[in-house]
Amino acid sequence: MDWLQQLINGISLGSIYALIALGYTMVYGIIKLINFAHGDVFMVGAFIGFYAIKGWGLSFLPALIISMAFCAVFGVLIERIAYKRLRNATRIAALITAIGMSLLIEYGMIYIRGAQPEAYPADVLPNKAINFLGVHINSQSLFILLTSIILMIILQFIVQRTKMGKAMRAVSLDMDAARLMGISVDKTISFTFAIGSALAGAAGVVFGVYYTKIEPLMGVIPGLKAFVAAVLGGIGSIPGAMVGGIFLGVIESIVSAAGFSLWRDAAAFVILILILIFRPSGIFGKNTREKV
Amino acid sequence: MKKSKSFWAFLILAAVVYVVVQFFIGSGLINIYYSNLLITIAINIILAVSLHLVIGITGQFSIGHAGFLAVGAYISAIATMKLELPFILAVVIGGVIAALAGLIVGIPTLRLRGDYLAIATLGFAEIIRIALFNIDYVGGAAGMQVSHLTTWTVTFVCLVITILVITNFTNSRHGRACIAVRENEIAADAMGINTTFYKVLAFAIGSFFAGIAGGLFSHNFYIIQPGNFGFLKSFDILIFVVLGGLGSLTGSVISAILLTVISAFLAQYPETRMIIYSLVLVIVMLYRPQGLMGTREVTDLFKWKPAKGGN
Repeated sequence: MDWLQQLINGISLGSIYALIALGYTMVYGIIKLINFAHGDVFMVGAFIGFYAIKGWGLSFLPALIISMAFCAVFGVLIERIAYKRLRNATRIAALITAIGMSLLIEYGMIYIRGAQPEAYPADVLPNKAINFLGVHINSQSLFILLTSIILMIILQFIVQRTKMGKAMRAVSLDMDAARLMGISVDKTISFTFAIGSALAGAAGVVFGVYYTKIEPLMGVIPGLKAFVAAVLGGIGSIPGAMVGGIFLGVIESIVSAAGFSLWRDAAAFVILILILIFRPSGIFGKNTREKV
Repeated sequence: MKKSKSFWAFLILAAVVYVVVQFFIGSGLINIYYSNLLITIAINIILAVSLHLVIGITGQFSIGHAGFLAVGAYISAIATMKLELPFILAVVIGGVIAALAGLIVGIPTLRLRGDYLAIATLGFAEIIRIALFNIDYVGGAAGMQVSHLTTWTVTFVCLVITILVITNFTNSRHGRACIAVRENEIAADAMGINTTFYKVLAFAIGSFFAGIAGGLFSHNFYIIQPGNFGFLKSFDILIFVVLGGLGSLTGSVISAILLTVISAFLAQYPETRMIIYSLVLVIVMLYRPQGLMGTREVTDLFKWKPAKGGN
């Protein structure tokens, strides 16, 4: 029954990807920008969580909330400083700015605290093997899965049931029409960045607790993979990001379990290219035609 | 007539630069560190100009150029170290294989636009890097020993050929088609330009010269490792093109020279270098998104242009 353990690992890893992918997909849905700096917000979240747990001796939940709050502010700052001026710029200019911001955060972090990794304490969450139908399941994986699911339910509630969520959906559908209807577009975009970054911060803390090792460049690969997950699910679609993330996590653990763990990182990119070639709109995306 | 004049002017300028530098190196006036720096500058110019063709002229946003550099570097290293072919031949083989890789990558992905293309090229470059990491024949993560064969003469000849080919391509019928694709792909399509063909062509030519640069790069150091060809290397090449001005060949040459010199001086402080690079990139994009030169060339500054316009 080893495969079930692998499946659970894959789903836990995938739920981390899904949390990051949600930020990508919401931001892309609203301002059509691949926010490369998102993976680095995830990294900052992991460090904030680490300092909250190690430095102030907080437990998991307060650390998670502090990290989410900090990352929300941080995400809004990035948007206000760098991306706001680029609303009418070319796509290439916006993309290059995003890459620049990403590197600035990474190397700024190295400059501030050095490149050495840190290790989360091992006892943040109870780490027991739970025996379930003859399968040993790590209790941490279950906690992580539970955290992600709760966060995703809260997100669904915000997007579908609140006024701000309605504004977000309206702006992503048609920015100009939304402005004409009296929606404050700038505020809505900032709010989207805040929510997306808070989720990335949560993903950072969860990642730290699960994998213990964190370092300033840790955001690059999970960030890219979460983007793959967002594309896989159909960029701009919130359920798509969740499904895409979990799907990617499961595929990665299957590749590792099959004995190709060194090729694991390549699997995500192969999936990305196949998806882009055969179904660029992703699993849940709608096909849109380009208007002249 | 006018074109051939600037062609000969360029050749004379190149010959003068070559003779002067060769004199300095030959007479021992500059030491091995600076002659190495000159070779690195020339390699970076080749890379910048090859990416300029893809991004600046054809408007296809590729951020995986280091992948083709890696292909050229590894193939030419295999050719000299394992097959014991002569160095020049090895560099050309590296370029040809990189161009083939460019074709293989370009044909499926160039149907994509903008952001998606960028991510797909990035993905391909990562796949190439991970594959090199896992192939024991080329040393895996430990890397591959390569003997030092790159000389100033060879590098400079490659540089001159690269610039000549890319300027002539840009000024040809094909180059104008590529510029049309950059300006408006749908309109170019409507005018009867085979957009896919020109995008793939520009991509393959760009990859060819990136492969040439790879051959020179690998034989300039004593060891090559997959880690040398990561995303940061692609980013280094990208910033040459963006800073110089998307669409300006002389702009990318100038920024390649400037940034190579600056990063050589900041080699002891890699973090500071990256912070400066990324800040420059963000600030240039926010306040001057067309880059330092825009689409103009340095040579335009010396031309007397009578005012154009209707009467």
